[in-house]
Amino acid sequence: MPETATGHELDEGDLFLMVGTTKGAFLLRSDGSRRRWAIDGPHFPGEEVYALAFDQRGGRRTLWAAPGNPFFGTTLRRSEDGGATWSAPEDRPVAFPEGSELSLKRIWQIRPGPDGDPDRLYLGVEPSCLFESDDDGATWRPVRGFLEHEHREAWTPGGGGMCLHTILQDPAASDRMVVAISTGGVYRTEDGGETWQARNRGVRAEFLPDKHPEFGQCVHKVVHHPERPERLFLQNHWGLYRSDDWGDEWVDVANGVPSDFGFGMAMHPHDPDTVYIVPLESDQFRCCPEAKLRVYRTRDAGASWEPLGDGLPEGAYETVLRDALDTDTATPAGVYCGTRSGSVYGSATEGDSWTLIRAGLPPVVCVKSAVIGA
Amino acid sequence: MSVTVVLPGTLRELNEGRPTLVLGGAPRTVAEALDALREAVPALHRRVVTEAGEIRQHINVFVGDTEIRRARGLDTPLEGDVELVILPAVSGG
Repeated sequence: MPETATGHELDEGDLFLMVGTTKGAFLLRSDGSRRRWAIDGPHFPGEEVYALAFDQRGGRRTLWAAPGNPFFGTTLRRSEDGGATWSAPEDRPVAFPEGSELSLKRIWQIRPGPDGDPDRLYLGVEPSCLFESDDDGATWRPVRGFLEHEHREAWTPGGGGMCLHTILQDPAASDRMVVAISTGGVYRTEDGGETWQARNRGVRAEFLPDKHPEFGQCVHKVVHHPERPERLFLQNHWGLYRSDDWGDEWVDVANGVPSDFGFGMAMHPHDPDTVYIVPLESDQFRCCPEAKLRVYRTRDAGASWEPLGDGLPEGAYETVLRDALDTDTATPAGVYCGTRSGSVYGSATEGDSWTLIRAGLPPVVCVKSAVIGA
Repeated sequence: MSVTVVLPGTLRELNEGRPTLVLGGAPRTVAEALDALREAVPALHRRVVTEAGEIRQHINVFVGDTEIRRARGLDTPLEGDVELVILPAVSGG
């Protein structure tokens, strides 16, 4: 039966799963049990949706999406009613300034700002730049210190494009942020975005003659936990790392994984020692090892990793991309991943067992979850 | 003279469902025509032109039968009553 895009009525305690694909967005809703999912979509049929977010700060229920296509460009749209209706920006809500000679290619990340500043939001875009809004997304501007960074000329595109895909904030100090770009690496500001310093010491760049440059690494994802925000976990283009000091130094934590290549990385919502990844066989093959889709979990901050495969497919050449792995904030935590072949899997048991939520979607590039009212 | 913009089906909803749009201001070049389009319907303009002022990579703009990249680009002159045809390229995915 064809599906429709009419949105969801969202009740307190519901699970809301937002799935971005190369041909539109699909919105799934479940009650707290996470056993049965109602699907709604495609929204923006024919358009790629690499970034989705649900902002509940200050009592909002704002759904953000960044649809775009190679013909007509990308934009930012919002819904206040679970996807029933969407804003339709008349002009360009997100644009590089005149004289920069840059133009927006894709929005890779939509990040609500600090809880205490509910009108602030950030975007990570391609070509690599950080945008900010302090009026609940009505207007956006590039963060000057990043737009005019002296390294910009040396950044190069990875396979997905030259994207800023990770935005982390210090909950205790709003002037400190960490972003990551591919390629370019990790950058940190301590002054609210005025200046940014490369923070890649220990992270290797397998594809460069100098394996340990100051910057230029192809970082795929970085996560941290708000209770220990200074401790960062990093999935690299070859390499799995942890930093205990906001990125000043990185140490290898690829202990027992079948490959340290991968894209996605997700933090457990309640346990700062638990992180999820999906190893891929190599940068050439980019499929799960031995054709077995396995999520790997560490419960000791990277000292060891265990494979999680109960309910996940074997004999399957699957790929999980950088924003297609996420956790929810329920207890026990839910874990979700979407594949390039159009399947979405979910675990309501912190990864111990999995079920197929939906197959047959277009290639999945983004999976984001929210617990309504949490 | 008049310049009539001919829209592909996918963009017509931004023009109240109509396939064409007559530009005011007697534009003399493609660049001036696109400026007039921005004034008339910004949502159409941003789908055709990047903020850096370039025609999007996978969009072709024709003056009559001539794709402007094979003429003088944005400086291609508009003379007499002319149609400016906007079409998505066969590229894309």
